[in-house]
Amino acid sequence: MNITLNHYLAVSGLLFTIGFAGVLLRRNIIIIFMCLELMLNAANLSLVAFSRYNVGADGLPNYNAQVLVFFIITVAAAEVAVGLAIIVALFRARATTHVEDIATLKF
Amino acid sequence: MDSNLVWFILINPLIAAVLVHACLRKLPGTCAAVSVLSSVLGLVAGIGVWFSFSQAIGHNPDHKFADEVPWLDFGTALRVPIGVVVDHLSAVMVLVVTGVGALIHIYSLIYMGTDSGKARFFGNLSLFMFSMLGIVLANNFAMMFIFWELVGLSSYLLIGHWFTRNTAADAANKAFITNRIGDFGFMLGILMVWAWAGSLVFADIEQAIPELNKNAGFLTGAVLLIFCGAVGKSAQLPLHVWLPDAMEGPTPVSALIHAATMVAAGVYMLARVFFLVALSPPAQGVIAWIGMLTALLAALMATQQDDIKRILAYSTLSQLGYMISAIGLAAPGAAMFHLFTHAFFKALLFLGAGAIIHHLHHEQDIWRMGGLKGSMKWTFRAFTAGYLAIIGFPFLSGFWSKDAILLAAWHGNKLLFLLALFTAFLTAYYMTRLWVVTFFGRPRSEAAEHGHDGPLMMTGPLVVLAVLSIISAWGTKPLFEHMIEGATWPAHSIVVPILATLAFAAGLVGGWILYIGKERDSILIPAFKNKFYFDELYAALIAGTQELLASLSSYIDKWVIDGVFVRGLSGAAWACGFVLRFFQFGNLQGYSFLFGAGVVALILYLLVT
Repeated sequence: MNITLNHYLAVSGLLFTIGFAGVLLRRNIIIIFMCLELMLNAANLSLVAFSRYNVGADGLPNYNAQVLVFFIITVAAAEVAVGLAIIVALFRARATTHVEDIATLKF
Repeated sequence: MDSNLVWFILINPLIAAVLVHACLRKLPGTCAAVSVLSSVLGLVAGIGVWFSFSQAIGHNPDHKFADEVPWLDFGTALRVPIGVVVDHLSAVMVLVVTGVGALIHIYSLIYMGTDSGKARFFGNLSLFMFSMLGIVLANNFAMMFIFWELVGLSSYLLIGHWFTRNTAADAANKAFITNRIGDFGFMLGILMVWAWAGSLVFADIEQAIPELNKNAGFLTGAVLLIFCGAVGKSAQLPLHVWLPDAMEGPTPVSALIHAATMVAAGVYMLARVFFLVALSPPAQGVIAWIGMLTALLAALMATQQDDIKRILAYSTLSQLGYMISAIGLAAPGAAMFHLFTHAFFKALLFLGAGAIIHHLHHEQDIWRMGGLKGSMKWTFRAFTAGYLAIIGFPFLSGFWSKDAILLAAWHGNKLLFLLALFTAFLTAYYMTRLWVVTFFGRPRSEAAEHGHDGPLMMTGPLVVLAVLSIISAWGTKPLFEHMIEGATWPAHSIVVPILATLAFAAGLVGGWILYIGKERDSILIPAFKNKFYFDELYAALIAGTQELLASLSSYIDKWVIDGVFVRGLSGAAWACGFVLRFFQFGNLQGYSFLFGAGVVALILYLLVT
């Protein structure tokens, strides 16, 4: 079977959907956080796929997308550091990791 | 004729007024002397002008003296000179104004002798003379209007002479504001005439009569608006309310306002522009009727007043009504004739009343006088002459001039004639009431027991005016018969003087029988006593209008300014906030769902378009 761009995009979309569904449906904030990472990596996958299949006249793939992936990985790492610190602080204050318990900012 | 003399008449009181007001306020005695001197000089100059004028018309009956200094000159569009014109009309008027004015000045020396505002009084008196002479001599509408306003100003200053009294200050305001209403119409009328005739100078307007005649409706409007000015100044219905209140001023001022200046200005102005009035029969009808109604209503009001000066004020209103009506009846000569004789006897009556008031320590109620016949002999004699003249005692001055107006009414409109006759009867009646109650019977107050004649300076003018009141109509009638070009003198009719004498006799006898020996008024007619509730009506009208405007503006303030702009804007911001805060429901996953839905919607939108 020949693997095409569409296959990669399908996997990427599936991963994104799973991640988004997790964000929407799960109650535990750490799981939600992991689902967010899943969504980011789905985006990375599609970017790499586009890079691989978008070959220019000189026979080289388009590296712009791959550079963007590195940026996303870096930002994600930083985000994880900040996000986990917030979650730890939140757990210490509220003794919970469930999002329905954290609903004071509303009318 | 020497033009310097004419200019001198005009400028002389101005010099006195400026001197008094600018330099001499600290020296009341000198002020009075300067003012009186200028008035006497004015009279001498007036007589001089009169003689040279009558000489000139001996050679040429149509002689007119005119001289002017250019002032505002915009080519053919507008030319406003400062000009004087001396013809029959203004020559007689100058004589009346300076003559009566000089006598009143002399009289004031005593009457206002101890007043603390003496300097101010005499300065304003001179200003008043200047304003009035300006109206009389003016050769164009603009100049006349300027002096017209100056008369308003100086009357304001003089009526409010005792401005620390609230009533005097109010009366001054009332006179000024009421006059402003009339003057506004006058100004519009002048502008209308200017728009059509292209000039403000009387002689030029006269040339433009064929042009003016082309649009009768426009002309009638213009004449009626000009008449508005006379309604204000000459205190005709419905703007008559200021005149009785103007009695708050010192008595010499009342005499001046009523006899020679101010109220005469309206009649004089109409006579001056009679060539315009004559073009519009509908306007003439209005003028005749307003004049006669004023005469009648004022006479009715006079029958029930108790204040000696107010009775005289209403009698002035009534006599002015006669004059205005005569103008409307196309007899301006008769109007000027009556103005001429009236100036003398009305000045006399006021100065006589002033003498009584002065020596009774400012008592003005006729029911607190009485018995003055014996104690104030000369005042009584002079006053009696004036009284007989005003009620039209046969062959005295008032008889002849009133006869001329009655004749005009007889030939013009029989209904107006009946009203005029009835008014003549009322005049005799209320003047007899005044005369009998004041001079006969027993003294009804302590002050009245000790009445005595004033010094020569006071009695002198009275006697001079008394003589003039008796003789001023003898032989002067031809002067007025051809005074105004284009107007005819009413033809003689024997019926009119007989009816007038009967009316006079009925009034005299009625007044005598009803009031001789009475201690207080036995007849009470509230409507007459309260001046037909004109003041109350106007007060209610003004209060009502004010109330309406106030409630309207309060409504706008409350609902438009406050409601829409101030509260509306803040309310709109609040309402938006109120709606938007329902989106802050506090569910983290809800937010992310909305966020995702938004992204999906955006992508869909991009894909579709």
